[in-house]
Amino acid sequence: MTTAIVNVSLKAGVLDSQGKAVHHALDSLHFEGVSDVRVGKQIVLKLDTDNKTKAMAEVEKMCEEILANTVIEDYEIELV
Amino acid sequence: MKVVILQFPGTNCEYDTQHAFEELGATTEIIWHKAESIPSDTNLLVVAGGFSYGDYLRSGAIARFSPVMKAVTEYANNGGKVLGICNGFQVLTEAGLLPGALKRNNNLHFISKHHHLSVVNNDNDFLKELACGDVVNIPIAHHDGNYFIDADGLKEIEANKQVLLRYTDENGDISNPNGSVESIAGVCNKDKNVFGLMPHPERAMESLLGSDDGVAMLQGFFK
Repeated sequence: MTTAIVNVSLKAGVLDSQGKAVHHALDSLHFEGVSDVRVGKQIVLKLDTDNKTKAMAEVEKMCEEILANTVIEDYEIELV
Repeated sequence: MKVVILQFPGTNCEYDTQHAFEELGATTEIIWHKAESIPSDTNLLVVAGGFSYGDYLRSGAIARFSPVMKAVTEYANNGGKVLGICNGFQVLTEAGLLPGALKRNNNLHFISKHHHLSVVNNDNDFLKELACGDVVNIPIAHHDGNYFIDADGLKEIEANKQVLLRYTDENGDISNPNGSVESIAGVCNKDKNVFGLMPHPERAMESLLGSDDGVAMLQGFFK
């Protein structure tokens, strides 16, 4: 069993309005020293395989096909 | 003229779209997303608006893998005319049939109101009944209507005259409700047989209900 944690976020250079809104809220709450906020989403997959190489290849394929829209989003995969 | 309208779980504009095209004299058929083929006498395929699959993951992301989409892609690749309205536009970008992507509106609000649009290019089957620079008043109703395309892509679609409509004010000056790149409200593919727009022309068919500017837009497909 392998757990894959996929983090999907908007690409650098693509305006993240949710991040901006959260940043604004943090400012309102007087949290200082926050220079930027990006909001993404996390998708956690439980895979049957123990083969990490195979798991990584499979999850990459999933990201390219559906989990991320690579026109606007980047993804990072962590296997645990 | 036979107009076929796609229905996914969560589609909610299929009957408005059907009514609009029937008012213009078309025969229509609504087909469920499990269909594996498009009726052979189809002249125009419409991916109607709504919230297919609850907009889960991303708007249009899951609908794109519905059984019918294989047939839609094949139909489009053979030169068949396809129109995506609102969620339909999102589905077509997710499917790679149209360039770019639709992001959350910059102000994070769901925007539902009439908005003016200016015609950018009319040398296509959709907008040929309108002149470049014409301003129409059409309802918009979306949360994820913020059109994004990278700088190279933008150059390409502008050079190929694929930009169909921009959000403007009533005088045709840019007025951008949702943060779309270059205020883009609708685009077509390179071959100009696949069209997508966030505004709802099918909701602008009666002046009594605010605007009948949708008539001139949808009529293009009949001529």
